[in-house]
Amino acid sequence: MSTIELRGVTKHFGPFTAVRNVRLAVAAGEVVCLLGPSGCGKTTTLRIIAGLERASSGDVIIAGRRMNDLRPDQRDIAMVFQFYALYPALSVRENIMFPLHVEKLDATTASARVARVARMLQLEQVLDRLPNQISEGEKQRVAVARAVVREPNCFLFDEPLSRLDVELRQSMRGQIKSVLTGLSKATVIVTHDQLEALTMADRIAIMRDGVIEQIASPHDVFARPATVFVASFIGTPQMNLLHAQFEGAEEGHGRFRIDGQPIRLPVDPAVARLAKGQVTIGIRPRALVLNGAASADAIAGRAELIEPMGAETLVHARTALGSDIRVVVPRDVRVKAGDVLSLRTDARETHVFDASGKAVRT
Amino acid sequence: MTETAADPAAAGSSARPFRQFMSRIGPRRSSTGVGDAGWGRTLFAAIVSFIYFFPVFWIILTSFKTYEDALAVPAKFFFTPTLDNFAQVFSRAYSAGGPVQNTGFALYFFNSLFISGVSVLLALAIGTVAAFGFSRYPLRGNDTYLFMILTTRMLPAIVVIIPIFIMFRVTGLAGTYAGIIALYTVFNLPFAIWMMKSFFDELSPDVEDAARIDGSSDIRVFFKICLPQVLAGLAATAVFGLILTWNEFLFALLLSGVETRTVPVAMSQTIGGDIGVRWGLLAAIETLFLIPVIIVTFALQNQLLRGVTFGTVKR
Repeated sequence: MSTIELRGVTKHFGPFTAVRNVRLAVAAGEVVCLLGPSGCGKTTTLRIIAGLERASSGDVIIAGRRMNDLRPDQRDIAMVFQFYALYPALSVRENIMFPLHVEKLDATTASARVARVARMLQLEQVLDRLPNQISEGEKQRVAVARAVVREPNCFLFDEPLSRLDVELRQSMRGQIKSVLTGLSKATVIVTHDQLEALTMADRIAIMRDGVIEQIASPHDVFARPATVFVASFIGTPQMNLLHAQFEGAEEGHGRFRIDGQPIRLPVDPAVARLAKGQVTIGIRPRALVLNGAASADAIAGRAELIEPMGAETLVHARTALGSDIRVVVPRDVRVKAGDVLSLRTDARETHVFDASGKAVRT
Repeated sequence: MTETAADPAAAGSSARPFRQFMSRIGPRRSSTGVGDAGWGRTLFAAIVSFIYFFPVFWIILTSFKTYEDALAVPAKFFFTPTLDNFAQVFSRAYSAGGPVQNTGFALYFFNSLFISGVSVLLALAIGTVAAFGFSRYPLRGNDTYLFMILTTRMLPAIVVIIPIFIMFRVTGLAGTYAGIIALYTVFNLPFAIWMMKSFFDELSPDVEDAARIDGSSDIRVFFKICLPQVLAGLAATAVFGLILTWNEFLFALLLSGVETRTVPVAMSQTIGGDIGVRWGLLAAIETLFLIPVIIVTFALQNQLLRGVTFGTVKR
C-alpha cells in the first residue's frame, strides 16, 4: 500500500524550529503539494519523509510502517531534486539505471526497464550523453525517469519545475501529471509556485513558518481559505484584504467600518456569532462587481491605475482613507482613472477573518 | 570533460583539436572565444616563455656537448652533438684523462620513479579517504585536526630532520625503500587531504542524497558518485606530489642508502670527487630527469588546469 503519513512531526535546528507538529496523510494515488514561501519548512518536511533529515519528534509512516529510524534506501521511495542531482560522471542511461542495482536485475530486464521509461519521457535520443551535454528540460526528464524506473512505493518532488522556463514548465507540468496518474502512488510535491500546486495536486497543504495552515483541494484553498495567509498566498491578482471594525450583524449582513466609513456587507451566517472588534475582510478582485450608484452595502473607491491584461482589466482603486483595492473587470467594461466606483460583492465571496487571522465560516 | 579554460567554445566537440589548432594559426574568427588571443599577445607570450625556458633549454643543449664544448668560452650555440653523455649516465664516466667511475644511474632512476610513484599513490589513497571523511562526517574538533595536519608542513625540514634521522636509525628504516616511501607519503598527505577536501566540499550534496535514496551505501556513494567527480583534483594532487617527491633532496640525502639513492642525491655525488665537474654528464642526467615530469604534466594538463582553477569561480 502506497501511503505516506506524518504524525505530529517537528524538526528543530538548534533553537530554530523548522517544522512544527505537522500532520499529513497522503493516500495511494494521491498527489499532495506542499506550498509555501521560501523558508516555510516545506523542503525540510520532504527531507524528513525521505529520511535525509531526522524528525526531532513525531512519526513518519510509509506504507503502514514507522520509518523514523530507517535510512533513505530502506524506505522504498524515489525523490526528484530541485537541481535534478544527476550523477555527473554517468551517462543518461547509467543515471536511469543506477537505482536498479538494488534489485539485482539481470542486464536484459534492467535495459528493458530503462528503455521503457526513456520512451515514456522521450529520452531515447540522449541515453548515451552525459548530463552536462543535455538541455535543462531533458535533465528534468532524466531526473523523473530515474525516480520512476524503480517503481518505488511513493514519490517525492522538490521544486521539480523551478529551473525550467515558462513554456517548458507548462509542458512538463502536464507530462509529470500524466506520468503520476499512470502510476497511482502516494506523491508529495514541494513548490512555491501556486499555479504548479493548483494544477498538479489533488490536495494542497499550505505551509507558513513550519506550520500547515490548511490542507484542502485546490478548489477549497481558493474558495474557502482557512486563514488570512492562505487567502493572500493563493490567487492572482492577490485577494483584497481590508482591515475593518466589526460592529454587529443582522439578516445575513455584517456591519463594518472600513477606514472609518460605515458599510454593510453580505457575510456568512457564522459571522453573527463574532464579538465586536478588529477583523480582516478578504474579497477576491474578480468577486467585486461594479455598480454605478453609491449605496450603504457597497465599497466606494476612486480608480487610480488601469492595467489592461488582455481578456480582463485590472483596476487599482483607493478608498477614502487610502486602502488599495484591486478589481478585475471584463475587457468591455470601460473604467477611467478618476472614476468613482461603487463595488459590491456577495456573501460567499466575502471572507471574514477574526483577529487571530482564522476564517469565520459555517 | 576535456575542455580547457583556454578554449571553452570548442569544448565537447569532436573537432576540438583542429579548431584549437586553427585558433592558434588561423585568422581571427568573427565570433572569437577567449582562446583567440591575437598575434601580438601570442608573440609576447612566446618571448616571456622563452626567457623562462632558456635555462632548461641550455641544460638540454649542454647535454649534447662534448667536455670541451661545454666549457668553451664564449658559449657555443652551434656544435657537433654527441650522445656520449647519455651513454655515460648508465655505464661509467671518464674524466678528461683521469680515473673511471661507475655511474649506475639506471638504478637511481628506478629508485626515483619507484619511490615517488608509490609514495604519491599511497598519499592519494589515504588522503582521498581522509579528505572525504573530513568533508562528509563533521565531528567535533575536525577543524583542529585539519589544522594540526597542516602544521606538520609548517615545520622547516632542518628542524625535524635530526629527530627523524634518529627515529629511522633506531627502527632500522634508514636506507630502506619502506622508510623513504613512508616519509614521502607523510610529506604529501597534508597537501593531499587539504586539496581533496576542498574538492569534495564543492560537490553538490543533493547528488549524494539522491544516490542514498536510490539505495547506495556510503562506500558506493564514494566510489561511484564522488570519486569520478574529483578526478581533476586527483590529477592535480598527484602532479604536485610527484614534483615534490621527485625533487626532494635533503631527506633523501640523509635517509637513503647506497641501494635506495634517488637521482638528486646520486647527481650531487657525481659532482666533484674523483672525476671533477662533468657539465655534459650532469646536463644529460638533468635532461633525463626532466622527462617523467614533462610526460606526467602533459598527460594530465587538462585535468591539472581544472584542478588548479577549481573553486576560483563560483558556479
